[in-house]
Amino acid sequence: MNVFTMVKWSPYVVGALIGILNIISLLLSDKVIGTSTSYARASGMIRKLFDREYVENNEFYLKTAPEVDWAFMLVIGIVIGSFISAMLSGDFNIVAVPPMWANEISQGFFLRFIVAVFGGVIIAIGSRWAGGCTSGHGISGTGQLSVLSWIAAAAFFVGGIVTALLIYGL
Amino acid sequence: MMTKLHENKGLQLLLGLLAGICFGFLLHKGGVTKYDIIVGQLRLQDFTVLKIMLSAVIVTMMGVSFLYPKGLIKLHVKAGSVKNSIIGGLIFGVGFAILGYCPGTIAGAVGNGYIDGLLGGVIGILVGSGLFASMYGVLKRHNILSEDRYSKKSLFDEMDGRSFRYTIPMVLVLIIIILLVEFLAG
Repeated sequence: MNVFTMVKWSPYVVGALIGILNIISLLLSDKVIGTSTSYARASGMIRKLFDREYVENNEFYLKTAPEVDWAFMLVIGIVIGSFISAMLSGDFNIVAVPPMWANEISQGFFLRFIVAVFGGVIIAIGSRWAGGCTSGHGISGTGQLSVLSWIAAAAFFVGGIVTALLIYGL
Repeated sequence: MMTKLHENKGLQLLLGLLAGICFGFLLHKGGVTKYDIIVGQLRLQDFTVLKIMLSAVIVTMMGVSFLYPKGLIKLHVKAGSVKNSIIGGLIFGVGFAILGYCPGTIAGAVGNGYIDGLLGGVIGILVGSGLFASMYGVLKRHNILSEDRYSKKSLFDEMDGRSFRYTIPMVLVLIIIILLVEFLAG
């Protein structure tokens, strides 16, 4: 079987290759993988369409400029790369409600949609508050032995595990 | 350091896109573009996420151990404080479990066909980022986002260039954790 058409690879192979990608990015681009800041930039780009003056004077957007940079292109690339892998392996499926949620909580799309929006708002506030996400802190920061990243990554999982057990029960 | 390459803005955007395509491809092949796998991890039923993260951390750490003392790369360590890493990290975790994706994997989920990610999660993340931008001035004026002595601190700067002496034992500990996970949780 062709490796590219396999639906799933060993998590260790995937992880090791992500690590190599991180090192290549450090060498070629002086960057590490991180995704959450790009959403903050995108939020500024969208708000700029409605209130240019506000965005141009907002302290946060002065620091995190609403512009397209390496990491912004990285996030666009993730959508494309995942789509290519999914298509090659016949695993591209339009899913409105993930199977676990549908089986154990509810099959309706509206509830899942509202919950996903709510979860998105919270995860974004947490990312900005902590200064990064599962990739920026959890892989790149920890790999660079950043003290704060190890603490943040542990907190991600403590918060996540407790909340998941509250939602689904033990 | 390939400074000339780093300063080529157009080429860097292309490299960012290519790195993203590789990253997205890998996230899908790892199965972490799927809600069930991510929430399965948080419910301690499926350890794919942890296995991918720990192996990525090990390889990144080994690469940095080799390249950083030679001056071939710069580190990118985030500013902040222990307090805000804990508070922000816990808030993140709550959102992580409710959404079922994180900012990176949700982009992969969109490419995999997850409509709840595209219509729900991405909109939520954009709104949440915008809300934080609006709160930022107030948080800053009340010194809530101040930095402490661990801001931008990497242990690589404490190693006198002899990184492997410290990182090889650390990697061995991470490998033991992986073996324990394999043994106890499959």
